[in-house]
Amino acid sequence: MAVTEVPAKPVGTARQGLGQTSRRDAWWVAPGVQATVFTICATYLFVSGILWTPIFGTAYEVDGYLSPLFSPLITPDWLPSWISPGLLILWIPLGFRATCFYYRKAYYRFYFADPPGCAVGEPKVHRWYRMETALPFILQNVHRYFLYLAFIPLFFLWVDAAIGLRDHEGHLRFGLGGALLFVNAALLTGYSLSCHSLRHLLGGRLDCFSCTARARARHTAWRAATWFNVKHMEWAWASLISVTATDLYIRLLALGVIGDPAIRL
Amino acid sequence: MPEAQLRVFRGSPGSSGRLVDYDVPVEEGMVVLDALHWVQAHLAPDLAVRWNCKAAKCGSCGAEVNGRPRLTCKTRLSDFAEGEPITVEPMRAFPLVKDLVVDVSWNYEVNRRIPPFQPPPDRPQETWRWQQEDIERVQEFRKCIECFLCQDVCHVLRNHETERPFMGPRFLVRAAGLEMHPMDTADRTSHLKDEGGIGFCNITKCCTEVCPEHIKITDNAIIPLKERVADRYYDPIQIAWRKLRGRGSETGPAADDGNAP
Repeated sequence: MAVTEVPAKPVGTARQGLGQTSRRDAWWVAPGVQATVFTICATYLFVSGILWTPIFGTAYEVDGYLSPLFSPLITPDWLPSWISPGLLILWIPLGFRATCFYYRKAYYRFYFADPPGCAVGEPKVHRWYRMETALPFILQNVHRYFLYLAFIPLFFLWVDAAIGLRDHEGHLRFGLGGALLFVNAALLTGYSLSCHSLRHLLGGRLDCFSCTARARARHTAWRAATWFNVKHMEWAWASLISVTATDLYIRLLALGVIGDPAIRL
Repeated sequence: MPEAQLRVFRGSPGSSGRLVDYDVPVEEGMVVLDALHWVQAHLAPDLAVRWNCKAAKCGSCGAEVNGRPRLTCKTRLSDFAEGEPITVEPMRAFPLVKDLVVDVSWNYEVNRRIPPFQPPPDRPQETWRWQQEDIERVQEFRKCIECFLCQDVCHVLRNHETERPFMGPRFLVRAAGLEMHPMDTADRTSHLKDEGGIGFCNITKCCTEVCPEHIKITDNAIIPLKERVADRYYDPIQIAWRKLRGRGSETGPAADDGNAP
């Protein structure tokens, strides 16, 4: 099949320079709010998951509740005390979110201003723009591998939520901490099931959905993934906030700052 | 009768152009294109405006209204606050011809280079059968009216000079419509990656935001195509699996399990 290269596009008349635009609406509000929430959550999670325990020694596990940042809890003997056990786990959700198609849209806008908004000028006009065709951003293509790995801590989050139904004496209790662990596991499940890569792998890569019984089954799975995928942005933000809130709650419980309202049986 | 204050770009190639104010009497139901026609008829007969159907189906009247790419025939004056100036500028990603008219011929050159629909040679057209679930996905892409608003707002085309040319969202939509067609056997993966430059897209979804046909360009066309390119070039497990099975390509109806390459 003879295919020739796409010709270079002739230059238009778009205004250049950061923030240059004719838009009159408050286009900066959404990326501004997103940048603020994302930065607060990411900074908190980094400090809590990586720095806090080695420096201050505060517990991440209290009365049957385990912080989601440390699940599954891996504390091998060879792990020095100045390295947080969270480090052994957190690289998975970090990689999953960093390469996520939704978060890419968000942080390309609010961190890289590439672009800061639709039809809004950027800080630099690249003469040799490469983006995801070259390092480092070509590595975004490994997203599906982080998806596979993300199901491991996700499984343990459900296990931890079930374990959290019993206190340290083995009594059944329905506490706010346990509810947070379940909600957090549910939101992270929604986020994982709404992943664009999962949607593709389940059935998006098929051209024919009706050709075989297997293809029909995959079409059913693809439709389910599509149902979740439509709200991928919402799952992404809700689960990020829930992880942050759940860890903060357990840290405050461990520090004795708050108590855990619970019905004990 | 209330009046709308239109600020319309006037200019030609080589000149910097300027915004000219026109006061237009507003009637109920008027759209921006109506106001431009009123200006043409009463105040500036030399104003250049491209339009055709005035029904949001031909895609000719795209412009930037208050900085946002829109069809002027689908943008009501009542959407704007009374007394607020309404700025109408040409699509900024393309070379200017005159006033609100731009040269979009580059798009047709890009279109010509996409490998065309290729049905299986051993299946006469009268024998083709497929189910609704097979065709509904590509039907979304056939809604495109080629207004090129998505090309206009795409920051890669609008703001940058790429290492290699980039085909833009409109043609990724077209390629998706062909690639996902159950009766197509052509393989466009290498074209998308190399000649089309799909990797330049950083999925900021502006194309989806401006599409007047509400096609989910990013989620349903571009990301699935990026994933197909990842299958082929960036996923070592799938590359090894294909080599083990000895199947380099398995697209369209020829594939026994419906898989794309």
